[in-house]
Amino acid sequence: MERAESFELDRGVHLTAIRTERFKTGCVSLGLLVPLTRRTVSLNATLPYVLRRGTARLPDMESIAAELDGLYGARIEPTLRKKGEIQIIGFYADFPDEAFLPERPDILGRVTSLMGEMLLSPATRGGRLRADFVATERQNLLDDINAEINDKRGYAEKRVRELMFRGESYGLSKLGTSASAEKVSQITLTRHYREVISTAPVEIFYCGPEDPGRVERLMREALAGLPRAGEIVYPATHVSFERRSGAPRRVTERMDVTQGRLIVGYRLGEIMREPNYARFLVFNALFGDSATSKLYLSLRERLSLCYYVGSWIDRHKGAMFVSCGIDFDKAGEAEAEISAGLQAIARGEIEDWELEGARREVIGALYSAADEVAGLEGQSLESAILGLGVGPEELAALASEVTAEELRDMAAGLRPDFVYFLTGEGNNEA
Amino acid sequence: MRLKEYPRVGEQVYTDELPNGLRIAVVPKRGFRKKLLFLAVNYGGADRCFRLGIDWLDTPAGTAHFLEHRMFEQPEGDAMTVFSQRGAMANAFTSPDMTAYYVECSEDLEENLKLLLKFVSEPYFTLEQVERERRIIAQEIRMMEDDPEDLLYYTLFRSLYARSPLREPVAGNRESIELVTPELLYDCHRAFYTPSNMCLVAVGDIDQNKVRDIAESTLPGVNAPAVERRKPASESPLPENVRQELTLDVGAPMFLAGAKTRPGLAGRESVKFELTASLALSMVMGAASPLYCSLYSQGLINETFGYDFENTAGFSTLTFGGETKDPGLVALRVMEEAERLSSGDMDPRFFARRKKTAYGGAIRALNSFDNICYNISAACFSGYDYFETADVIDSVTPEDVRAFIAQYLQPERTAIAVIRNKT
Repeated sequence: MERAESFELDRGVHLTAIRTERFKTGCVSLGLLVPLTRRTVSLNATLPYVLRRGTARLPDMESIAAELDGLYGARIEPTLRKKGEIQIIGFYADFPDEAFLPERPDILGRVTSLMGEMLLSPATRGGRLRADFVATERQNLLDDINAEINDKRGYAEKRVRELMFRGESYGLSKLGTSASAEKVSQITLTRHYREVISTAPVEIFYCGPEDPGRVERLMREALAGLPRAGEIVYPATHVSFERRSGAPRRVTERMDVTQGRLIVGYRLGEIMREPNYARFLVFNALFGDSATSKLYLSLRERLSLCYYVGSWIDRHKGAMFVSCGIDFDKAGEAEAEISAGLQAIARGEIEDWELEGARREVIGALYSAADEVAGLEGQSLESAILGLGVGPEELAALASEVTAEELRDMAAGLRPDFVYFLTGEGNNEA
Repeated sequence: MRLKEYPRVGEQVYTDELPNGLRIAVVPKRGFRKKLLFLAVNYGGADRCFRLGIDWLDTPAGTAHFLEHRMFEQPEGDAMTVFSQRGAMANAFTSPDMTAYYVECSEDLEENLKLLLKFVSEPYFTLEQVERERRIIAQEIRMMEDDPEDLLYYTLFRSLYARSPLREPVAGNRESIELVTPELLYDCHRAFYTPSNMCLVAVGDIDQNKVRDIAESTLPGVNAPAVERRKPASESPLPENVRQELTLDVGAPMFLAGAKTRPGLAGRESVKFELTASLALSMVMGAASPLYCSLYSQGLINETFGYDFENTAGFSTLTFGGETKDPGLVALRVMEEAERLSSGDMDPRFFARRKKTAYGGAIRALNSFDNICYNISAACFSGYDYFETADVIDSVTPEDVRAFIAQYLQPERTAIAVIRNKT
């Protein structure tokens, strides 16, 4: 596997570059790391979409599209991600490797330059971001927020985060709410834009056949206008080691659905004092995220309660969730089975084949992600935010050493914190 | 195995056909740890009616998909579990014209390949297991019933087609899956899961001869003639229903419009037609088109707006849609733009630009192991060479695109399905 090279381009501006000729495309991503707060969440969610609408040189979507068509369908897409209580906003570009094209238009040079223009020289009117761009993108954001209801599983998963983490910024969706989106205006967004580009740390990633030294030069040129004189604000996720005592909180909501969606949320609590990410990955594979997991084998294969059941751990916040789609009258049975699976691990009921399967599943997934451009980009960003300092190879090696006792102890430290059920209208069986 | 090289796109492929009729393709990808093994069966949700012995068998909607769900079960346990224990990820899907089983792994290539070939060729269905699976599939169907995009898609296809099996979801419906029995699954397996009706593709840092040897020693069966399928009934070029409206809990109104295009496409002709269709649709309404930019700037469409072209099970269909407050107006503007472009007002520079992007897209698609496996299998069943896609793009002319738009993007050919919010 290729080694990643690391560069500090400026204060708080970091580049990770991987030189490889394995792929047919190159990739450059740029992310500004900003805190997830109620006041700024929707401003952040709108910003990259407005910046992508036009630059001083290419003032509208059509002229940008023409430029990218000339680069054989190079793409520069706005990105909006949430990791713990951090939002990452920016752009993701990918473009064909010139080795496979009939000409060499210097795609990398032109893409980095255009990305820099989008970030630092957006189309403006009277020194402000264009009002018409802001208005359509605010409306698009409102549409996206309203459309969260369309995907019932995703909606239920969003609701449990909102309800379980009420009062914490983690409970916010990466889009914000209709109320916060309504407040996005030409003035508020322009002010926010200026603040963000001068204070936010910037994570840049490159993967492709070019010399990392050239990528560094190109990115320095592209970001020459980035204001870095003031204080750089490093956002962080608040992790609570406390756990509520007593029975889990419960909320049932009704909607016109044909399938019920059950989600159980857990807090990792004390486990987060010394988070061991390799252990989290193996635990999750063993409990609910593989075809040999406790939950898959019981809820789906033994009891036929569901088509999908899965667990995931948010290692930034220290929370775990289990989600499944079931008949309306099966919520109690499904919840009992989820609980039984966790208790079995806490009692140390872990067969050798289960442990080995979980370890190998994790290692396979890490290797597989490292064999894809987007996977490498995701691993790099995750690693930068968590301050991991280890790559997929090292994480895989650590995963292979996770023991049954460690998983047992982890299960013993987990309690259900919240049970959410989305059920049909006029149904009383929940 | 025979080696064919494609220096233009930087790919090579080893191919062979075993005496039992199984076709094999190995695409070497040096420097990757990940390996993908993909076994495709030329049988899908639309293959509902076929001859078994002297009788014609008319099977319920969802049978091919049900069979796919049950294939993993072996007398000694679930093959999925064995793969998972080895750290390999196995899965399967059923489309209207293909069922495919695949395993992604970084180790144990030989063992995983043997198991893949074994479980797909050795059916084991019990009544109890079939009953159990029925409940799981019922949940899968309910999940899709709650998905507005799935609902729009099947509503549109029922509006477009009078008789085609594409009217029914591949998974079937709650009533049709009740009719599936172990005997029916055995019949379908016997009819379609023959080596000559399958194709094995392997992508990764893999020894091609090893793949061939394992396939030859593991996969039983003689080279049987192809099963006879009922030819799809012919369809009028016009839709059955012009407009359907539904209500559901959705955030914003959304629509999907579409039209039938040329049926019965196969071989290299189908590739050229698909590429022509994609270029035509991208010029009329793709994200780089004047129409898209104009509708987007006016707030009439958002990023959910898009188009698609599919050629499956003997039918080809163009679709477009997304969220909008005014579905009728957006569809009308698409028709007006089609009229403008097809009546001669097509900028040759715009065509040349879009062609460059199509070429870049064909290169980009070669990053994905899944995509390579799927397309080589589809090409194998249809009779063309997937790695020549970039060459076929060269052959598409502005006149091809203009003719496509003029013939198929016409108001009278178009049906529209709309979902509005309940409240």
